Amino acid sequence: MSHAATWAFRVRVAAAAATSRHVPAQVARLPRVSPYVVVAAVVLVGLLLFVAAMGARALLAPKAPTRAKLTTYESGVDPVGQGWAQTQIRYFVYAFLYVIFAVDAVYLFPWALVIRSTGLGAASLVEIGVFIGILLIGLAHAARRGLLRWF
Amino acid sequence: MTALITSLPTEFKVAQVDYSAIAPMLIVTAGALVGVLVEAFAPRRLRYAAQVGVALVALVAAFVVLVTVSVDAQGLTLERAVVIDGPALFLQGTVLLMSVLGVLTMAERFGGESPDAFTPMGAAVPGSPQEASAMRAGLMSSEVFPLTLFAVVGMMLFPAAGDLLTMFVALEVLSLPLYLLSGLARRRRLLSQEASLKYFLLGAFSSAFFLFGAALMYGYSGSIYLGDISKAITSASGELDGLLIPGVVFLLVGLLFKVGAVPFHSWTPDVYQGAPTPVTGFMAACTKVAAFGAILRLVYVGLEANRWDWRAGVIAVAALTMVIGSVLSVTQTDVKRLLAYSSIAHAGFILVAVLAFDKLGVAGTMFYLVAYGFATIAAFGIVSMVRQGGSEASHLSQWAGLGRNHPVVAAVFAFLLLAFAGIPLTSGFTAKYAAFSPAIAFGGRAGVSLVVIGVLCSVITAFVYVRLIVLMYFTEPAGGEVVAEMPSPMTTVALSIGTLVTLGLGIFPAQVLSLAESSSVFLR
Repeated sequence: MSHAATWAFRVRVAAAAATSRHVPAQVARLPRVSPYVVVAAVVLVGLLLFVAAMGARALLAPKAPTRAKLTTYESGVDPVGQGWAQTQIRYFVYAFLYVIFAVDAVYLFPWALVIRSTGLGAASLVEIGVFIGILLIGLAHAARRGLLRWF
Repeated sequence: MTALITSLPTEFKVAQVDYSAIAPMLIVTAGALVGVLVEAFAPRRLRYAAQVGVALVALVAAFVVLVTVSVDAQGLTLERAVVIDGPALFLQGTVLLMSVLGVLTMAERFGGESPDAFTPMGAAVPGSPQEASAMRAGLMSSEVFPLTLFAVVGMMLFPAAGDLLTMFVALEVLSLPLYLLSGLARRRRLLSQEASLKYFLLGAFSSAFFLFGAALMYGYSGSIYLGDISKAITSASGELDGLLIPGVVFLLVGLLFKVGAVPFHSWTPDVYQGAPTPVTGFMAACTKVAAFGAILRLVYVGLEANRWDWRAGVIAVAALTMVIGSVLSVTQTDVKRLLAYSSIAHAGFILVAVLAFDKLGVAGTMFYLVAYGFATIAAFGIVSMVRQGGSEASHLSQWAGLGRNHPVVAAVFAFLLLAFAGIPLTSGFTAKYAAFSPAIAFGGRAGVSLVVIGVLCSVITAFVYVRLIVLMYFTEPAGGEVVAEMPSPMTTVALSIGTLVTLGLGIFPAQVLSLAESSSVFLR
């Protein structure tokens, strides 16, 4: 848990403790607004903050433009050739495998919750075995066809 | 957050699975997985025979189990996610039989080592060193058979899906292998890769439409189950009515894309032309069966209660599909594109039957799908046989005078074209009758006008087919040696079955028609 989250958590605990003792009168008098209005207000305030910050910077910062300063800055050498080029995408197999096994792990969590319940354990064990077995067949195929070889 | 958690059921509930009802799908899945293992571990010289064997055994075994065991296990299973009822069984059986024919035509080698229509390396740039080295290494393209089986699994689940999410999963399971298969043509590779990419991108768009529609329907009814949606529509409180019509429209857009109905048809000619010809036949026949099955279930089980709100739109789609499909088929110069536009027109004819909103309409739709599918697989099988200089002679001018050199091939193709046109004594005639008569009886004024449009469009398409027949028989060959390759026994069997079914359904339609009628009641 990060520092900010810890802080927010403590505030919430304190607020809960406060409400459990006595209901603050000001909160009760606030008008009930739709949650969408709250969301819209947050978005609006966010936009206003951004505009204010950028506006303040534009007003306060000194400006002395020259031609050299206005060019787009690029580090390194000038670009050579065209933007379109064929590249080796040798990582895509690993990306595929990552996606497959990440989804696999997501499905394992709910299974882990019910595996110990009576009357469900054995059947669910077989089912998850079938599920992982199907993925392993795919992996075996990929390995056998040389897709996992690095060269 | 806490409210959401407390509203969920605390105890995990085990889904009851009726294994005999879903056994056909499990068998085909197992066949596909065995195929993947064969592809990885079997020695190269055995691979082709093993793959074809596994695919055929799985499909035939699934069909046998379907007609012997699953028929007696009708009902809702897997917590209502899968509904095995009359229409589902009928369409699953149809898909299985047609995919047997599809696999037989895909296995055609024309004397070579590996399936003739497919490239060993789909991702390679045409004419590149990678492709040449793959050819030299004798790599094979037998992975098309497991891919086909995976597509068949999706096609079987699609008309049996009891909720929108299962329907979406089935849609993806059937689509993803087809995107791959259509990019694997050995000849005219760029066209094939283009077809694959177009199909993939447009298919992804249509899937997104379907998913968005499902989300809106969930927002409207609080459930993804078709039965619950139907109940929510009949007992509507009027609070969330704004979500209903957009949801219905998006769902139908996603499904009508798959059958190639008109505002969503533009992928059809390009993909049918670019895909390997046996795949085109398989795709044209089986995808239509599965997608129309899903449309039937969605419309008859889920959305029938408010059909007066959205019926006008689908009527317009059906009319446009028939007119544009048949008019544009007149201008085509490529056999595969011609058959693609004809398939668009046929989708319109089938929609007419769907819109009847009666038990007989369901039966008419299913009968039409059987008749159209078998004729289509056979027709594309013949297109893949006609060659000039080693590659397929798909331009119409190359078909001139084919009847003189190859009378049998030309005669079978002419017969299939007559079936597409709906001439009596072919399955096309009985199918059109079965599709149009419920529309007249139950469709009201809109049904009658749709049938009038349908008959006029049939006349236009008949002109196209007759012109092709005249070209084959009464025109001098344009020059260059166009030959029909000698097919292997497997293709011959597939073509014979397709043609005999087309003839048989034209002369004795009663058996299949009464089977379709007796299995046209949806379970909810």
